[in-house]
Amino acid sequence: MTIESDVLVLGGGGAGCSAALHLARRGSKVTLLERGLVGSQASGVNYGGVRQQGRHPAELPIARRSREIWGRLKELVGCDAEFSITGHLKLARNADEEADLIAYLDTARAYDLPLRMIGRNAIHREYPWLGPDVVAGSLAPDDGSANPRLLSPALAHAARAAGAAVHEQTEITSYDRLNGRFVLKARNGAEFRAPILVNMAGYWGGAVAAAFGEAVPIEPLSPNMLVTEPTTYFIKPNLGVVGGNIYLRQIPRGNVIVGGGHGESDPAVPWSRPLPEVTLQNFNYALQLVPALAGLHVIRSWSGIDGQMPDHIPVIGPSRTTPGLFHAFGFSGHGFQLGPAIGAIMSELVLDGHSDVPLEAFQIDRWNVQPAVREA
Amino acid sequence: MKIAVVGAGPAGVRAVEVLVAAGHRPIWIDEAPDGGGRIYQRPPAALRRNARELYGFESTKAAALHGCLDRLKPLVDWRPETLVWHIHPGRKTLYMLNGGMQATAAYDAVLLCTGAMDRVIPLQGWTQPGVTTLGAAQIAVKAQGCAIGHRVALVGTGPLLWLVAHQYAKAGAQVAVVIDTTSLASLAAAAPGLLRDSITFAKGLYYMGSVKARGIPTVHGAIPLAIEHDETAVTGVRFRDARGREQRVACDAVGMGWGLKPESQLADLAGIPFDFDPLQHNWLPERDATGRTPVASHYLAGDGASIGGAAVAELAGARAAWAILQDAGRAIDTAAVRRLDRALARQRKIRAALERAFPFPVRLAADLADDIILCRCEGLRAGELRAAAVSDLNRTKALTRTGMGRCQGRICGVAASEVLAAAVNQETATLGRLRGQPPVKPMPVTSLPAREHAA
Ligand SMILES: Cc1cc2nc3c(=O)[nH]c(=O)nc-3n(C[C@H](O)[C@H](O)[C@H](O)COP(=O)(O)OP(=O)(O)OC[C@H]3O[C@@H](n4cnc5c(N)ncnc54)[C@H](O)[C@@H]3O)c2cc1C
Ligand SMILES: Cc1cc2nc3c(=O)[nH]c(=O)nc-3n(C[C@H](O)[C@H](O)[C@H](O)COP(=O)(O)OP(=O)(O)OC[C@H]3O[C@@H](n4cnc5c(N)ncnc54)[C@H](O)[C@@H]3O)c2cc1C
Repeated sequence: MTIESDVLVLGGGGAGCSAALHLARRGSKVTLLERGLVGSQASGVNYGGVRQQGRHPAELPIARRSREIWGRLKELVGCDAEFSITGHLKLARNADEEADLIAYLDTARAYDLPLRMIGRNAIHREYPWLGPDVVAGSLAPDDGSANPRLLSPALAHAARAAGAAVHEQTEITSYDRLNGRFVLKARNGAEFRAPILVNMAGYWGGAVAAAFGEAVPIEPLSPNMLVTEPTTYFIKPNLGVVGGNIYLRQIPRGNVIVGGGHGESDPAVPWSRPLPEVTLQNFNYALQLVPALAGLHVIRSWSGIDGQMPDHIPVIGPSRTTPGLFHAFGFSGHGFQLGPAIGAIMSELVLDGHSDVPLEAFQIDRWNVQPAVREA
Repeated sequence: MKIAVVGAGPAGVRAVEVLVAAGHRPIWIDEAPDGGGRIYQRPPAALRRNARELYGFESTKAAALHGCLDRLKPLVDWRPETLVWHIHPGRKTLYMLNGGMQATAAYDAVLLCTGAMDRVIPLQGWTQPGVTTLGAAQIAVKAQGCAIGHRVALVGTGPLLWLVAHQYAKAGAQVAVVIDTTSLASLAAAAPGLLRDSITFAKGLYYMGSVKARGIPTVHGAIPLAIEHDETAVTGVRFRDARGREQRVACDAVGMGWGLKPESQLADLAGIPFDFDPLQHNWLPERDATGRTPVASHYLAGDGASIGGAAVAELAGARAAWAILQDAGRAIDTAAVRRLDRALARQRKIRAALERAFPFPVRLAADLADDIILCRCEGLRAGELRAAAVSDLNRTKALTRTGMGRCQGRICGVAASEVLAAAVNQETATLGRLRGQPPVKPMPVTSLPAREHAA
């Protein structure tokens, strides 16, 4: 079976599903290829933080654009993925961390990201449940959180409705380019051809790039997550800290979701699992922020696999080796919020040849790795 | 050689007995205050009664097992009231919680004897106070010396249904009705297989007979419809009898259960693969007749591996201990091993007949009315699962939250699979099973002293 299309999107995470949707909306004949079910990897198991605050300046224009899409997700795909604007409160636990928060205010201002600094006295007045070690906070009122399990399926559903072909349980095992057309073969025997290939395969995007002679230094990243039984809803903002060693949020049904540190994974399976000592360490960090969590029961812990780049920002843009190939992968642990905009941006790169969002910082050849000789 | 045994039920006791006799001093862990496991669960010291009263026919076996347990305790590293909440097969380490304190134990070989739990099917009204599982109803009598109500209805199927009915009646509790979803025809068809073990068969008949002889109303082949209740308590059960007539019996408590399912979360976390066993209608961790699994150094025995009951658990525990010793290059008593293998083979046939006699009523679960609460932790109704059904249990869980609450699907998972299988018109086995994640049971968030961990 050979399937011809205008564009192949490889990878059904939030980014890939959004790309399929945006391309299909503009009339492209697009085929999305996904090894498992859409959203079964990082995009479906992450912490659910929809956060702009604290991002690398290069990411902020994308994050701003994505936030705009998050705000109209319901109109766009018929499901809001439980996106709720709770604010993101980034906390400082000492004077150095406080200085860090203050320094970021200028960055935020340059990108029109509203932030409100909250000082030592006000923070405990406004959030009386914060622990005594917290000395200051910075609130991003437009940030929030969403349910990661819902985003990719909702985007894929809308993409299908717009005419995209979504092939789940389709693992691509070989990559070729013949006479200006990409030829991708799946483990199940199917073959897919198109003049354009968009590599949005998450951690595994590194292998795809390598198959086209542009290997990048990518590592698996597996944040350690846990969730508690439900309790009274009292933590409204999504909480983070300077340095990022702990983050937690509560959903209105009462469960508290806590992340911090890293578990272990084997991307070849793929398989991931939290590490017990990291989970226990997170108890300490979380209790420092919110002492009232003591005694609450943890009901589950988990992890996932994202691609981590050495400079902690993704690869986005055209290939340097292969015409018609575009990359967007390696979101380094914070690509859930970006996914919706990444899809829109990739559709512009593919169809218009450029995007208004500056992408220089994300070029694939920024490590100057010698392109490997491509095998036939 | 460091050997760890998790669980001090019949399987764990007989395993440790073999290991100690061979000169080992294993670490032995159970989350309960004392050993004995489910069948021979011991009452707290203040409530001790004599074994005859507590365990009936099994009192001799109970006394023997408890005697063995007490004799072994000083010879091992005995850790009661300790939950193993995680296992890391690569590090060969157990993660334990005891009295709010965390601890770890490294092992060269581990034997998981984690037992079973009740398998339930939701009914209208099943989340009301006064409704428990059959096992819990029995534990109330065995360990606490009290019944779950004054007029108790028992609903479900399997040997435990009739055993609990017998025990309640004997303890002086009023049993309002016993509603067995299995028809007498199905029982009769399985009788020849059961006769292989005339003792088991006779006991089963005895319990059923004893219940009937006391004039307790019993129905076979019935379909339970609802547990009725007012604001505070259960008021009755409604069911359709085998002839299609709807009936109601007044009661103030209900015990219900449809056989057992293995408590196999640790096996899952240890990376042992699972298969769906159509006869038992359970997902079972892979292991051979000796208790060896595809994951080296990790062994399984008892109801935590496959439902076989106490007699099998004792044999399987001892057998797995010999496997551990043999794999470690120790001398084994080949005659003893051969005896165990033969006894286990015979038991497997009896067990198969028993499963056929009391089959899991798939339709009862699959046909749950839309408005019945399926996942009680998340308050999810059967209709909501149907509306979101896709051909993958974990994806359906992700979309609906089924099995994402306190019980992590241990209670609702069985029925959820059947509702889903019927909704997408596929075999249960093709939909996958709910993945295990640590902790195996809810664990409190506590501040902990910073500690060194072996990597
Ligand atoms: C535990 C965890 C917590 C996180 N928390 C947050 C957070 O709070 N906020 C935030 O913004 N980000 C967070 N992230 C990061 C975020 O989840 C990821 O950056 C983002 O989801 C990446 O999206 P993606 O589409 O690039 O990758 P993925 O979601 O991994 O999608 C890539 C897809 O490609 C498919 N694929 C790979 N190879 C092949 C092949 N050969 N053939 C076919 N298909 C293939 C995979 O199966 C996968 O579904 C977290 C990540 C993790 C793991
Ligand atoms: C509630 C109930 C009542 C039963 N009553 C009867 C009966 O009356 N007659 C009968 O023939 N059969 C009964 N059974 C069936 C019973 O499963 C077997 O008869 C027998 O007890 C199985 O022995 P075992 O050693 O495999 O498991 P069990 O006897 O269940 O022992 C398992 C032990 O492991 C411990 N454990 C499990 N997980 C962990 C963990 N993560 N960390 C630490 N410790 C752990 C448990 O506390 C338990 O003590 C009952 C089952 C249940 C669930």
